[in-house]
Amino acid sequence: MTDYFLIESRDPFECADVHANGELAIALAQAGHRVRYFLVQNAVLAARAAARSNGLATIVRAGIPVLADETSLRERGIQPAGLLAGVSPVPLELVVDALAAGSRVLWH
Amino acid sequence: MKRKSLTFALMDAPFESARTVTAIRLIELSLRRGHDVNVFAYEGAAALTFSRQSQHPNATHGRTLEEEDHPLTHRWVAALLELAAANDVKLDWVNCGLCVDERGVGETIPGVRRGGPPDFFKLALDSFNTLVIPTR
Repeated sequence: MTDYFLIESRDPFECADVHANGELAIALAQAGHRVRYFLVQNAVLAARAAARSNGLATIVRAGIPVLADETSLRERGIQPAGLLAGVSPVPLELVVDALAAGSRVLWH
Repeated sequence: MKRKSLTFALMDAPFESARTVTAIRLIELSLRRGHDVNVFAYEGAAALTFSRQSQHPNATHGRTLEEEDHPLTHRWVAALLELAAANDVKLDWVNCGLCVDERGVGETIPGVRRGGPPDFFKLALDSFNTLVIPTR
């Protein structure tokens, strides 16, 4: 089992291939790997509970931890209470810790 | 966590993308965590350390040069180099030489060096882990 830390930085309402990154996360998890899905920059816009037609809920339902950079959320005025169920606000340090732990960290 | 060697590859030019800010944040956090850091600045990112970047006033908002205090990436990198020295960890910042020449940004701040893609390959091989932050 390999540890994957997938970073999504793009707004899914602007960039269509964000969907492919989510599919990759689900496929890796279904193949038995540990996967975490981290949102940063405009990718956090999809984490709003009010946002519709994005794949985050599917990723959450697949049992993959979905994490959102606290600073990116604050910059965009998104409160923790307004997040989609299953999305957790976390500090950016998690990326550094994942790198230092030997995770395969992929940026999209 | 035990001290590790981490390599970051950056590709975005300064003043264009939030990716630059996030990359600088990641490098800073890595240094504060006590890790050695290598940076390979490729393509537009080779201009991040260009020392002739200058601040400017903002006429649209009626702010003087001092009030605007526009951030410059070469100052961010200089601050990272100072942080590394203060924390007794390594920050090896390598600019792609061909990218530098193409853009005419060879006047860099002290403490960075010139290299090429083979350097990135070696840095990645010698590091514990590597993160590539690509452009679109």
